Amino acid sequence: MSTEPRLVEVRQKVLKQNDLLARSLRKRFREAGVYVVSLVSSPGSGKTTFLEKTLTLLRERYRVAALVGDLATENDAARLARSQAPVRQITTGTICHLDAEMVERALEGWELRELDLLFIENVGNMVCPSSYDLGEDLRVVFMSVTEGEDKPLKYPTIFNTSDVAVITKIDIAEAVEFDSQAASRSIQAVRPGMQVFEASAKTGEGIEEFLQFLESRRNSASRDFTGEPIAQCRV
Amino acid sequence: MHELSIALSIVEMAEEEARRRDVQINAVHLRLGALSGVVKEALLFSYDLACEGTRLEGSHLVIDEVPTVVYCPVCESERQLDSIQQFCCSVCDTPTPHVMQGRELEVVALEIQQ
Repeated sequence: MSTEPRLVEVRQKVLKQNDLLARSLRKRFREAGVYVVSLVSSPGSGKTTFLEKTLTLLRERYRVAALVGDLATENDAARLARSQAPVRQITTGTICHLDAEMVERALEGWELRELDLLFIENVGNMVCPSSYDLGEDLRVVFMSVTEGEDKPLKYPTIFNTSDVAVITKIDIAEAVEFDSQAASRSIQAVRPGMQVFEASAKTGEGIEEFLQFLESRRNSASRDFTGEPIAQCRV
Repeated sequence: MHELSIALSIVEMAEEEARRRDVQINAVHLRLGALSGVVKEALLFSYDLACEGTRLEGSHLVIDEVPTVVYCPVCESERQLDSIQQFCCSVCDTPTPHVMQGRELEVVALEIQQ
């Protein structure tokens, strides 16, 4: 005979498994002294082109590598591999985001101690990636000048969970009548105080500022890892 | 649309509890923050699909929506946001990025029957 229904308290985070795995990844990254940057944006914002440029330039002074997520193709990995940096594709199939387990699996066989910086390019999607911690140190959100200045207001969660924003394709800003101040206002509305870079991977404009920012973040993180600063590389 | 994988995780978790306690689960109560990145309607739809063929089939997902609360450094108080399009104090308008509540995505209770 069945009894009356009753309510029992359980309290369990739905993404607990992912959070635990992300935490253990973060610990591994710290121990290995590798600074991890993830990239999120909508499809077509230019983050692969931006990353290819970033890898090419950083490779001259750091040991860099990248993981790149995509639903079906390996095209992005092939493009990023032109930078000569080690690159691995994570093909997610029908899954619209990366999670910590996919990252962990993709890293198998890589000696993290031989890396200074690891980039993780998420699947082009402004919604789902925001829920998943990948163990990264820094999450960068990208939007291009063609996407509309109010993009951050349409996708507040992804902007709010990111640490820094990059506005891409700034070389065509004038042609598409991009309003930089309006975009900045939208970003500040959903993430007050967020640092914003404007850049063009095509012309190189603004890239150096972003790289300097990455280096300074990495260097201060390294001091936290080891208690002493690493040698400052020449920019 | 990652709600299906979220729903599958919820069902998996609840099934384990059902097995462990040897009970039937009528409903799963979930706290869902406005900043969780999960859409309530999509999750409810996915939940029914995720339950099919499991011992959770026929159960309900009860969602308690959690508003976003930020800390205002000027008022030195926690304030509920009027809109997640505007992260500022609802009293003095000071912009603030300090989220105190709103990222919740957690199962808080199970309605069980022996």
